[in-house]
Amino acid sequence: MSFTFPHPRIHSSFLVSTPMPTSERGSTLIASMRSSRVAQRTLVALCASALLLAACGSSSKPASGSGGTGTKVSGTLNGSGSTFQKTFDQVAIQAFQSANSGATVNYAGGGSGKGKTDLQTKTVDFAGTDSLVKTADLPKYQGGKILYFPTVAAPITVSYNVSGVDKLQLSAPTIAKIFAGTVTKWNDPAIAGDNANATLPSTDIVAVHRADASGTTSNFTKYLKAAGGADWTLGSGDTVKWPSNSQAGQGNQGVAQAISKTSGAIGYVDFADALGAQLKTASIKNSAGSFVAPSLAGASAAVASATVAADLTYSPLNESGADAYPITSPTWIIVYANQADKAKGELLKAFLTFVLNDGQGLAEAANYAKLPATLQQQAIAQLTKLQIPA
Amino acid sequence: MTSPASSGDLGASEVIPSTAGGKHLDRAFRAIAVAAGLLVLAILALIAYSTTSKAWPAFTHQGLSFLTSRNWDPNQDHFGALDFIYGTVLTAVIALAIAVPASLGIALFITELAPKGWRSAVTYVVDLLAAIPSVVYGFWALAVLTSPAANFYGHIADTLGRVPVLSSFFGGPAFGASFMTAGVILAVMIIPIITSLSREALTTVSQDDKNGALAMGATRWEMLRVAVFPRVRSGLIGAAMLGLGRAMGETIAVALTIGSSAQITSHLFRQGDSMASIIVHNFPEATGLHAAALVGLGAVLFAITIVVNMVARVVANQTSAMSGVGQ
Repeated sequence: MSFTFPHPRIHSSFLVSTPMPTSERGSTLIASMRSSRVAQRTLVALCASALLLAACGSSSKPASGSGGTGTKVSGTLNGSGSTFQKTFDQVAIQAFQSANSGATVNYAGGGSGKGKTDLQTKTVDFAGTDSLVKTADLPKYQGGKILYFPTVAAPITVSYNVSGVDKLQLSAPTIAKIFAGTVTKWNDPAIAGDNANATLPSTDIVAVHRADASGTTSNFTKYLKAAGGADWTLGSGDTVKWPSNSQAGQGNQGVAQAISKTSGAIGYVDFADALGAQLKTASIKNSAGSFVAPSLAGASAAVASATVAADLTYSPLNESGADAYPITSPTWIIVYANQADKAKGELLKAFLTFVLNDGQGLAEAANYAKLPATLQQQAIAQLTKLQIPA
Repeated sequence: MTSPASSGDLGASEVIPSTAGGKHLDRAFRAIAVAAGLLVLAILALIAYSTTSKAWPAFTHQGLSFLTSRNWDPNQDHFGALDFIYGTVLTAVIALAIAVPASLGIALFITELAPKGWRSAVTYVVDLLAAIPSVVYGFWALAVLTSPAANFYGHIADTLGRVPVLSSFFGGPAFGASFMTAGVILAVMIIPIITSLSREALTTVSQDDKNGALAMGATRWEMLRVAVFPRVRSGLIGAAMLGLGRAMGETIAVALTIGSSAQITSHLFRQGDSMASIIVHNFPEATGLHAAALVGLGAVLFAITIVVNMVARVVANQTSAMSGVGQ
């Protein structure tokens, strides 16, 4: 087995999924590795037993038919990666499994980076990712060419907690100044400039960021890099060098919790968790000049106005449509174009077909924006590129 | 013939006969035991090897400034770990500053003061602290402790923050998730081990010596000072050092409570980050050089804790030798 590393899943559900109950005398690495492996196995075992029951026995049965939505398929499919899309994946998987009683799909989360690494080594059959694979990393993919299937999108909110301010409008340079630590008071002229008629208190601003490396941070900082101009100096990435007077939260829920507990706090939180924590969210000025509140419609509008490349990659960040919410995060499922195993390949195709058709109807209830019709059709058309051995 | 003689025969036959098979078994057992012992060393060596080799790209990229630079910016391929080393050491020192007096107090209470019925109860409860998983401590601290802690620290900062020298340690602004909170949680986690090792050291002092001191007219405190502490001093140091090693390696409770904004500051109520915490937070998304640098942090942490533990063993062994027990 190759030396892979601990993937302690500290994300939105960190209480449940954080492994590493103990670390004895400095052998942190081993302890965490061991327990995260155990956690992983337990997770897989739990998924398998809870979701499937009877189907376990028939999992070796070869898939039948072409794998379309009409034909029932069976077998086991494993995926890992982006925690951003995990909630949607779970909803889609549940529906897929109840439509195909012999099929099991496991999605382990763990982060986009983990998903990509797992797919490289063929540990999983598909990976979820919020960011593109770097060209330099492409040779590492042992199964050859990969395909991107866009699944859903969602807004990243800028949520805040300032009593007396129920409506807040922010432009990208102002957000950049706040998170870079150059604007420190709520009544700063930069904020006042975006909110002509609001009464802003002189409270200190507490900027809250993610403690863990995250695709949400990556997309948020990418947006600020693109739209914040000279006011954004921290670059972009899964984690950046935040100013030392900022606070941190574990996962989207942790950030949401820190915001709701701290007066004067502001942070970036995914849409579902901002709704869940009942946070006040700022309207963001898009490049068309209008202030747009975070919403699924706004995210869909951003995706619709984004330029989609031939491989179905696109960036909905900082889009210019009048209704487009500018901080919109894309997400993809990536798979190998050449499937080595017939049964697996057919099951994978059936699952992707389901996600791109029936799954889209489930997105909004889970607080994700579904794909605009054009992109959806492009993604469905791309399914034919999936090579399955006869 | 007679019953005594036959019983004597029986007694002799009850001694396990020294057979050839027995000797082989002996040898086999010895070999297995030695192998088991060596296995531990092999595992340690393999860990050291694999972490160092995985981290090698980062070490060669960054050079010695891996340990001395403060600039950790994965997006620019800068990996200076000093902020995290500082965070690890500072939280461990805070933990020791709290845990050592508390543990020594508990140990003295158990060995010298507690009524007989209390001793085992107190020992049991202290040992129970060690059985709580660290994620529970961490989550409890995060969910329950951080809010009131921020208020409490705020009051301290308002008062001590006006005193010239203390202000640089206890000055505001104060945050719930901070070096201090992480240190407090670590203190609670290492109290059991320090207490139990201190208790063992204290019980090595013979009752005769204590009685002697008391007979000379010493008060209880004087007796401890004259007859007990000199005997167990290095044992107590060893206990503290083992606690230190444990505190530095602790991961999840610190990751949840330290605040995760790396900086080097003397202000205990500000956020920081530790080596273990940054590894936990960043490994899932790290690739290439960044991942290597995180493994490098692991290797550095490994090295530091090994050194601390070795020093602790040496110091602790000196006590045993001096007080004539343990051999």
